[in-house]
Amino acid sequence: MKQKLTNRFGWINENNIVENDGRLTVTVAPDKLTEVAAFLKECGYDFLVDMVGMDYGDSLGVIDYVARGADTSDLIALKTSVPDREHPLIPTVSGVWRVAQIYEREVHDYFGIRFIGNNDMRRLFLRESWKGYPLRKDYDADPNINPLPLENEPIADMDTIPVYGIDADGKETVTYRPMYGDDDYVVNIGPQHPATHGVLHLRVALDGEIVRSVDPHFGYIHRGIEKMCEGYTYPQILHLTDRLDYLSGIMNRHAFCLCCEKALQMDVPERAVVIRTIFDELTRIASHLIGWGSICNDMGAITAFMYGLRDREKIMDIFEETAGGRLMAAYDVIGGVASDLHPNFRRRVKEFIPYMRKMLHEHHLLFSANPIATGRMKGVGHLSLEQAIALGITGPSGRASGWKNDLRKAEPYAAYGKVDFDEVLRQDGMTFDRYIIRLDEIEQSLRIIEQLIDNIPEGPYAEKVKGVIKLPEGDFFQRVENARGQFGVHITSRGDKTPYRVKFRSPSMVLVEALKDVAPGGKVADLIMLGGSFDYVIPCIDR
Amino acid sequence: MWSFEKLTEWIDTSLRSCMSADGALLVEFVLIGIAILVGYALLALFLIYAERKICAFFQCRLGPNRVGKWGIFQSVADMIKILLKELIQINKSDKMLFRLASFFVIIGSVCTFGAIPFAKGLQAIDFNVGVFYILAISSLGVVGILLAGWSSNSKYSMIGAMRSGAQLISYEISAGLSLMVIVVYSGTMQLSEIVAQQADGWFIFKGHVPAFIAFVTYLIAGHAETNRGPFDMAEAESELTAGYHTEYSGIQFGFFYLAEYLNLFIIAAVASTMFLGGWQPLHIPGWDGFNHVMDYIPSFLWFFVKTCFCMFMAMWVRWSFPRLRIDQLLGLEWKILMPICLINLILMSVVVIL
Repeated sequence: MKQKLTNRFGWINENNIVENDGRLTVTVAPDKLTEVAAFLKECGYDFLVDMVGMDYGDSLGVIDYVARGADTSDLIALKTSVPDREHPLIPTVSGVWRVAQIYEREVHDYFGIRFIGNNDMRRLFLRESWKGYPLRKDYDADPNINPLPLENEPIADMDTIPVYGIDADGKETVTYRPMYGDDDYVVNIGPQHPATHGVLHLRVALDGEIVRSVDPHFGYIHRGIEKMCEGYTYPQILHLTDRLDYLSGIMNRHAFCLCCEKALQMDVPERAVVIRTIFDELTRIASHLIGWGSICNDMGAITAFMYGLRDREKIMDIFEETAGGRLMAAYDVIGGVASDLHPNFRRRVKEFIPYMRKMLHEHHLLFSANPIATGRMKGVGHLSLEQAIALGITGPSGRASGWKNDLRKAEPYAAYGKVDFDEVLRQDGMTFDRYIIRLDEIEQSLRIIEQLIDNIPEGPYAEKVKGVIKLPEGDFFQRVENARGQFGVHITSRGDKTPYRVKFRSPSMVLVEALKDVAPGGKVADLIMLGGSFDYVIPCIDR
Repeated sequence: MWSFEKLTEWIDTSLRSCMSADGALLVEFVLIGIAILVGYALLALFLIYAERKICAFFQCRLGPNRVGKWGIFQSVADMIKILLKELIQINKSDKMLFRLASFFVIIGSVCTFGAIPFAKGLQAIDFNVGVFYILAISSLGVVGILLAGWSSNSKYSMIGAMRSGAQLISYEISAGLSLMVIVVYSGTMQLSEIVAQQADGWFIFKGHVPAFIAFVTYLIAGHAETNRGPFDMAEAESELTAGYHTEYSGIQFGFFYLAEYLNLFIIAAVASTMFLGGWQPLHIPGWDGFNHVMDYIPSFLWFFVKTCFCMFMAMWVRWSFPRLRIDQLLGLEWKILMPICLINLILMSVVVIL
């Protein structure tokens, strides 16, 4: 690929292309960005994994992580930056990768970078009237600048969409367009609504029962975790990762630990690796049970949801015994795990596996075979393979469209290289496929646990680490497969005990973005069910 | 078999002995009104408790278990809470219609409740067009639901009400046609007469195949008319938060809530009256000894056991099935249920003629 790039673009030389850890990093000027992006896509790099906004001090920039849809482990980092802090203008890549549209909104929100040509440059998490860009290093957090509003805020400012352009003199221009016409019947679904699985706000334009357009509005549970990370030490940050996607907290934590361990070039004891894998899979089962239950709940089958919670409770009990926590297990630490396994652990997991198999069968009987359920889910909410890749929809939702994107197979981390399991794929991309794939993945997770539970090696459960961890200088990026897709951690370190910039790739954010493309044309009830089948978790989006 | 007529006649004669005929009638009206309202409220409390326990049983939970032994006073506590709650005024709502809506719903439900024969000689209203009356007065609820959705000034309520209007009007056709099958068979619309005709065998056994089909279609259509899952389009709590009664609070919400549970009871009661013999005991022609033993069981017990059976079926369905989509719901009615009901009616007519 390095060869291809240097052949195609004469200006690319040793200065702006480096290979590190088997990953290419290409640095380009903003005006060259679009053509390089288009060329990368031509070469098969059609999956924009993540976009990281950066404040380098003297300049602002973005890092685009792109991967090949056919092999998601093959990653390239595309860097660009502009020195102008007053009018930072970068051309958009949303024409190349569809999902860049929302990533660019996020970078715009945090860093104030204007993406020329992006057709929606509203702020994403903060309100329109927010002054300043919080992730810039010179941001003033004085509460007098952004006082806590005690009055109701008009929602109208969300309906005007600014688009940035550039005029003949190279000056920045802004044009505004309204979001809705006069005859749009706009219904607010959320932020307090039983079907949004958290505080998500969907503005839905309706034509009778039929959905015309969906506009997700984030930020109701925005805690500024990425900003908080910049003031925390690495072991402290670990506790924030549990609070992103709370249903796969252990896996998120695993990702952050892996990223730090990679940066420190540290080896983790074999026992800890296996324990982490088992915990990951147990979390996946618990999360899929909730996912299964909530799609049933969204269709009005509350009993199924209760069954999901009942089975998940068994896993929570297992966690509680060993880790002390249930939802926030706080178990993985840099260098291993926090404590050794409880003596009961092995027995209880072994009891759980046949129990879960039996219950899976029951779930299929109760719900998967129900004519009302299949009638509602089959043939509804089609997400094609191309759409899935363009939107970066990984995890079970992407695999339901036939996209092989399981990192446990593509880029085996932890003990996944040693175990035998199938990557469950379905081809149709309908709501029913996204539903059934979760139950099938539970079965595969059980297989993984079954192989590992009797083969936990003896030895220490954690490597000794120093009290103060300092990562070497550089950019580090690590992904794991969490219950909703690829969860990524980007750390930029300048050698201090706190990171310079941390960015989490949320698999849920693109799932909500997909509603925009998939929901229109369906009924309101289908939209709700679609949300259930995508199974997004809002705290992971808002961070 | 002991008849409540003895009791009512005793009240009537003792009242007439101490006042004029008109005065006695007036006192009787008041007494019946109070009896029906008290019965209505008590039944609602029982139903809410039963539903919560049965639902808990289906969902592997315990259900209410704190207020009183096995939580039997839970719904009383809930009732007190709902009575004490503030009635919230909604901005820009149509205040009069908003208040009126809940009364439409509850009045429709109470009036239907009064026409049901609960036991031998225990029936408040016995028209000669009883079936017609039940169908007519129970559809008053639709007006209340539509008004509630329209006057709340809320989009959720509006969508819920529109769904509900379409659904109730459609399913009323099937429910009506299913009852017509029995009317054709028995030749009368008077409920007491229909019950009396089932003394030697319930219509579901006597009425050949068409009566059985009508029973099933009536249960489905009636279930849809009560706005309960899998037909709870109008509420669809995961889509429309609470549908047409989203904006209601306090006892106004309580009226909708009571009416929903009592409609469930009414549908079950009508089903057991029309198909399962009402308060008639199980009689098998020829088995005189058996029939005699059955007569010792009080008639109101027969009625309530049959009704509870029908209600349990409804709860079972509700807590097992997911919700239909609105187009599937209307498709089920207009494309499947109604044609079946029409053909069934013709079939019954043929049976009667032969």
